[in-house]
Amino acid sequence: MSTVSMEAALLLAGILFMLGLISVLIRRNIIFMLVSVEIMLNAAGLAFIVAGTRWVQPDGQIMFIFILTMAAAEVSVGLALILQIYHQLKTLDSDAANIMKG
Amino acid sequence: MEDLLWLIPALPFLGATLLILFGSRFSRGAVALIGAGSVGVSALITLLLGIGFLADRPAFYHQEVWQWFNVAGFNPSVAFHLDALSVVFLFVITFVGFLIHLYSTAYMAADEDFSRFFACMNLFVGSMLVLVMADNLLLLYLGWEGVGLCSYLLIGFWYNEPANGYAARKAFIITRVGDTAMAIGLFMLFQSFGTLNIQSILAEAPQAWPIGSEMALLVALLLLGGAVGKSGQLPLQTWLPDAMAGPTPVSALIHAATMVTAGVYLITRMYVLFELAPAAQLTVATIGAVTLLIAGFSALTQYDLKRVLAYSTISQIGYMFLALGVGAWSAGIFHFMIHAFFKALLFLCAGAIILALHHEQDMRRMGGLRQRMPVVFWTFLIGAASLAALPIITAGFYSKDQILWYALAGENGNIWLYMAGLAGAFITSVYTFRMVFITFYGESKTHVSHPPGRLITVPLIMLAVLSLVGGFIELPHNFGHITLFSDLLAPVLPGIRASEALAENEWMFQLLAAVVSLGGVYIAYLFYLKSPSLLPSLKRSNTAMALHRFWHAGWGFDALYDTLFVRPYVYLANLNKRDIIDSFYTGLARTAEGFHVMFSDTQNGVLRNYVMGMVVGAIMILTISLLL
Amino acid sequence: MELTFYIAATVAILSTVMVITRYNMIHVLLYLVVSFLAVAVVFFSLGAPFMAALEIIIYAGAIVVLIIFVIMMINLSQEDVQREKEWLQPAVWVGPALLSAVLLAELAYIITAANPTQTEALVAVDAKVVGLALFGPYILGVQLSGILLMAGIVGAYHLGRQKKKVIHRFLQERSAAA
Repeated sequence: MSTVSMEAALLLAGILFMLGLISVLIRRNIIFMLVSVEIMLNAAGLAFIVAGTRWVQPDGQIMFIFILTMAAAEVSVGLALILQIYHQLKTLDSDAANIMKG
Repeated sequence: MEDLLWLIPALPFLGATLLILFGSRFSRGAVALIGAGSVGVSALITLLLGIGFLADRPAFYHQEVWQWFNVAGFNPSVAFHLDALSVVFLFVITFVGFLIHLYSTAYMAADEDFSRFFACMNLFVGSMLVLVMADNLLLLYLGWEGVGLCSYLLIGFWYNEPANGYAARKAFIITRVGDTAMAIGLFMLFQSFGTLNIQSILAEAPQAWPIGSEMALLVALLLLGGAVGKSGQLPLQTWLPDAMAGPTPVSALIHAATMVTAGVYLITRMYVLFELAPAAQLTVATIGAVTLLIAGFSALTQYDLKRVLAYSTISQIGYMFLALGVGAWSAGIFHFMIHAFFKALLFLCAGAIILALHHEQDMRRMGGLRQRMPVVFWTFLIGAASLAALPIITAGFYSKDQILWYALAGENGNIWLYMAGLAGAFITSVYTFRMVFITFYGESKTHVSHPPGRLITVPLIMLAVLSLVGGFIELPHNFGHITLFSDLLAPVLPGIRASEALAENEWMFQLLAAVVSLGGVYIAYLFYLKSPSLLPSLKRSNTAMALHRFWHAGWGFDALYDTLFVRPYVYLANLNKRDIIDSFYTGLARTAEGFHVMFSDTQNGVLRNYVMGMVVGAIMILTISLLL
Repeated sequence: MELTFYIAATVAILSTVMVITRYNMIHVLLYLVVSFLAVAVVFFSLGAPFMAALEIIIYAGAIVVLIIFVIMMINLSQEDVQREKEWLQPAVWVGPALLSAVLLAELAYIITAANPTQTEALVAVDAKVVGLALFGPYILGVQLSGILLMAGIVGAYHLGRQKKKVIHRFLQERSAAA
């Protein structure tokens, strides 16, 4: 197996993270925000895998497993909350949930 | 004997404390007992001490009660120093004070603030006693401020009337100006001598400062500033006529007999400083002479009975200043004592009249009281005669004549001072008997409700007796040459020698003074009894009317001070209406509020903005960590 | 291997860009699946085959499906797509894009400024090693993950319940009249 440069892989992770970040900032729909957060988590996990490969240790992959677990739990609870918001506010606009302002 | 010294001021203070704390719970009789009794017991102790003092003739009694504080070598103590000068003042304050307190129990009987009145009066008497018995200038200043405070409290006693509060504030602020000058003088004295003990200063000053030195002049003038404020002399005399807004016993005690003489006491006590600064002494004499003329002319035109007496007080204190200024120290103190008697008497009689006529103070609405209130009439007549210095029989003649004599013949006397004093005597006589004739003669315009009781008439009679016989302890050289008073004061105050050339013709000047005073009586009789139509015809000319208005308004000093000081100050205060000085603090508060509004706008509940905030924060942290 | 890596990386980036710019939600999710698959290939090229499998199973297989179910329940229509289009005006995304570009530049600088690592031969870390490590030093983490998942299940069940609004009988006339 020929080598893949670590910098390139990390750069990939960075680019994916940025894209996810942009998406979080510009989307008003709550579900899109959730999806963007998933992209960001995925990118962070990629960075961990790269680190594990560089040091030839399983720790990076184990970290990625934990991230995966957490993302799954987070998505399920988050979607339940989104359903509640939808039933209360009748819209998926995140700006509508601003009673905590001021 | 010396150990009793502290009781003299302590008893009135105790009375004041009791009345302040529990006054509303005591009955009228108990309040009167405490109020008048405390001063009465002080008078008894003073009598005891006085008899002992006169018998033994020590240089002084001294009692140190406790050390006030000790800071960086400055350690004034609360200590009392009783010498001949203090004995005279003590006697006047306690005795006349006790008579006035007795009188007040009847005068203020209908007033609901009975206990407050006696509390303030006792506080005043205590402070005045501290003032004259203090052995260091700091304690004297304490008494000084205390009497100023009580003067404010008592002038504004009937505080529901705003004019009274205004008069009280005016008195306090004007005397404050004098007090500040005196305080600066005290600072300079301390800086020069390292102590404020009076006897030490009087002993060290002649060695430290040569005659005519600028320091002595400056300090003397500053002390004079304080005295001028308290005693109501030029230029700080405008508060006294307005101070008549207080009850009449207050006017009698504070503004006739005691507080206004505090200035006289101060100058006499620090006589060494004034002797070291002849220019200052000349200033004292000039101020006295000018003031007595100004006040005399003003008294001539007043219609309010108490205002005539107020201007008369200013005028008579001018005589005392005149005496002190020419170096006739004991003559000035003698006049102080006699003046206390007859002025308190006059004020108390005025109070009796005002009370009997339902608080009527305008003389033009009085009249014909000679038959209705005979006791008051005779005592008032005696007091007026003493004030006008009717020859031989009244005490006022001897005291005022002594002053006039030394103003002419003393080492520092000159003809101008003498002429001013003589003219002042004439005017005094005129306005005094104008007062008598308008008030007591003629037809009665206001009905007398009930004649005064014994509590009012007995003090009047006692003071009248003193006004007559009080002068016999000091007779002039060619007229019996009794020098009991000046002998008493000789260990404390320097004597004065009259010029030999004039001394032979002393009888001439005495005759002149007698003629002047009797002439004044005749003029008053002419204008007010014999041909009352003369005065209106005189007043018809424009210059006479203008003069009358000018003198009535106190020679325009009120208007002058209003334009010079009050208006600019009010203007400046108005400029600062938004409180620019405070704007620093309110500005801080408002800036914090502005930040609060700004930051609370960032909490708009929009999720995206929060994420944006996080991103911006992350960028900033990364940038900083990259740069550093 | 490198070629695989670069192609998969390009696919991942392109599909992610499509994810963030689509208006229709289903389109977004489909592109998301493609992105995850590409990232799985990247994992494989980096010598982590187990992770690649896990990525597909859990991320693409469970999470995205969950989101699709929820979208089904919400019943999106054409007007939602239209609304999405309105919300995504240029004025909205220019600022964040700039900011993120700045962040990316900084990140790139940090990554590339470090000393370049020695390019050694890639050694794959396979499932056996990972499993041994999971049940060895990281056993506590595994237990905690289990607890987290249980909390997630309970929370999701409880939060997802719709309680029917029960009006008190005294107010029923008023609500009927209103």
